Amino acid sequence: LDDGKNDIELDALYRDTVLDHFRSPRGQKALDRIDLKRDGYNEDVAVNCKGCVISVASASMLAELLPGKSREEVLRLAEAFKQMMHGHPPPPGLDIGDLDALEGVKNFPVRVKCALLAWMTLIEALQDTEESGRPEDKGTTTE
Amino acid sequence: MTTTSTVPVKSEVQTRPRLDIARAREDFPILRRMIHGSPLVYLDSAATTQKPELVINTISEYYHQTNANVHRGLYALAAQATDKYEGARAKVAAFIGAAASEEIIFTRNTTESINLVAQAWGLKNLKTGDEILVSEMEHHSNLVPWFLLAQRTGAVVRHISILDDGTLDLSTWNERFTDRTRIVSLAHVSNVLGTINPITELAERVHRRGALLLVDGAQGVPHMAVDVSTLGADFVAFSAHKMLGPTGVGVLWGRRELLEAMDPFLGGGDMIRTVSMTGATWNDLPWKFEAGTPNIADVIGFGAAIDYLEATGMDQVRRHEVELTEYALDKMRALGELEIYGPADPQQRAGVISFNHRSIHPHDLSTYLDRKGVAIRAGHHCAQPLMERLGQNATARASFYLYNYRADIDTLIEALQSAGRFFGRR
Repeated sequence: LDDGKNDIELDALYRDTVLDHFRSPRGQKALDRIDLKRDGYNEDVAVNCKGCVISVASASMLAELLPGKSREEVLRLAEAFKQMMHGHPPPPGLDIGDLDALEGVKNFPVRVKCALLAWMTLIEALQDTEESGRPEDKGTTTE
Repeated sequence: MTTTSTVPVKSEVQTRPRLDIARAREDFPILRRMIHGSPLVYLDSAATTQKPELVINTISEYYHQTNANVHRGLYALAAQATDKYEGARAKVAAFIGAAASEEIIFTRNTTESINLVAQAWGLKNLKTGDEILVSEMEHHSNLVPWFLLAQRTGAVVRHISILDDGTLDLSTWNERFTDRTRIVSLAHVSNVLGTINPITELAERVHRRGALLLVDGAQGVPHMAVDVSTLGADFVAFSAHKMLGPTGVGVLWGRRELLEAMDPFLGGGDMIRTVSMTGATWNDLPWKFEAGTPNIADVIGFGAAIDYLEATGMDQVRRHEVELTEYALDKMRALGELEIYGPADPQQRAGVISFNHRSIHPHDLSTYLDRKGVAIRAGHHCAQPLMERLGQNATARASFYLYNYRADIDTLIEALQSAGRFFGRR
């Protein structure tokens, strides 16, 4: 009897934009050399993510959004996306690209970590870079 | 063991000599729940099983009527609680064919039981260069305790590989089992592949060379008749919650002479005979290994779970699961969209089926199925080395127990078909 609501929420989780990013992920390149600039702007972004629709789509959106952004802009974007996953809309005027298509994840709390996987990995890498000058090479998983 | 409880739990099994497995589902209140608007189809019994009314009521009755600490008080309640607690131990001993109740040690879970052996036997008996043999299909709880032991003793952990069909590659046995192998620790049944390992045959090989065999029985003891007097193992570890009992109770069975020669695992109350300011002497088996107040209520609840399984008959449980597994394997193969892991022959496996959809990640599949009321597991199942062997990051897993029927499999199949359409849309 609830099936209507379930189908609506499933559709909202797996929107066409999300499936498109999953099927043709942007920025998929080998990550043999990681180089995160301290101040300047990112020119090229490579992402290497294998996994579920949500984690791959989110990483693909990240790869699409990051080029041309400064470290501060990247952190602001990551924070806004984190807030979004907990039900708070992003600040007005902030360009979040296709990330709004992932808004439906908030109805599936166990999947929030999938959506945030690439972003948390990025934040950790930026913190490592600040502390030691280079990111630690560590795989990250949702389990 | 007699009990003088004024309000004994009225056990249905005392009046019904043999439970009809076709009606088992009615005994599990949670299976009447709706999930996201659909009747719950619970297919994750390898993670934990649901509990029959008998177990739930036994625990509730204990707290209503009998609660007291065991092995000390000199009053009626304490004596009754002790009788029920030790009575549950006797039930476990009889259930697995142990020579005596003293060979049954209550722990928190299978993991703790394995850690107990790794520490209490391993630290005393292993030296640098000694070897521990495990397999590639082990659960992390049958790997990490040995890694810890190896770190502390300088021993080495080696492993038996598996074949593509999900069985042990015994052609590597003679190379991996050496003169330094002191203990072999193997799953009776793989929690991922469902593979039933040939324990009795292997036990002979292990003992011929003077080593010991620990069997991780977490997925074996709940699903088939296990008789430790003929199994050939020296230790068997298993958990109550995977066999209709509550969480928080595990069992270690061990041969008496081995348990007696081992030092205690944890120190504290109940496990001592005398304590002075200069030291202590140990209690007899099994209490030597049960430091502190045990999980009394849940052990008693576990006793009720054993009553339920005994009344059903483990032969009937096993037959039911083989039939269900065969039905599920046929239907799943017929979908043509799934890669199914583990032995093809349902007689060679337990009711655990791991699989992957050719285009849907297990996390997405599990989320979708959940919205149809179907609970399956997705992930690495605490078996990362096995995932690596299978070349997968994760798998989906459906697992069955005595309260699952063909209708549950049909619902699973329909949901898998509908997921295929949903994720395959353009």
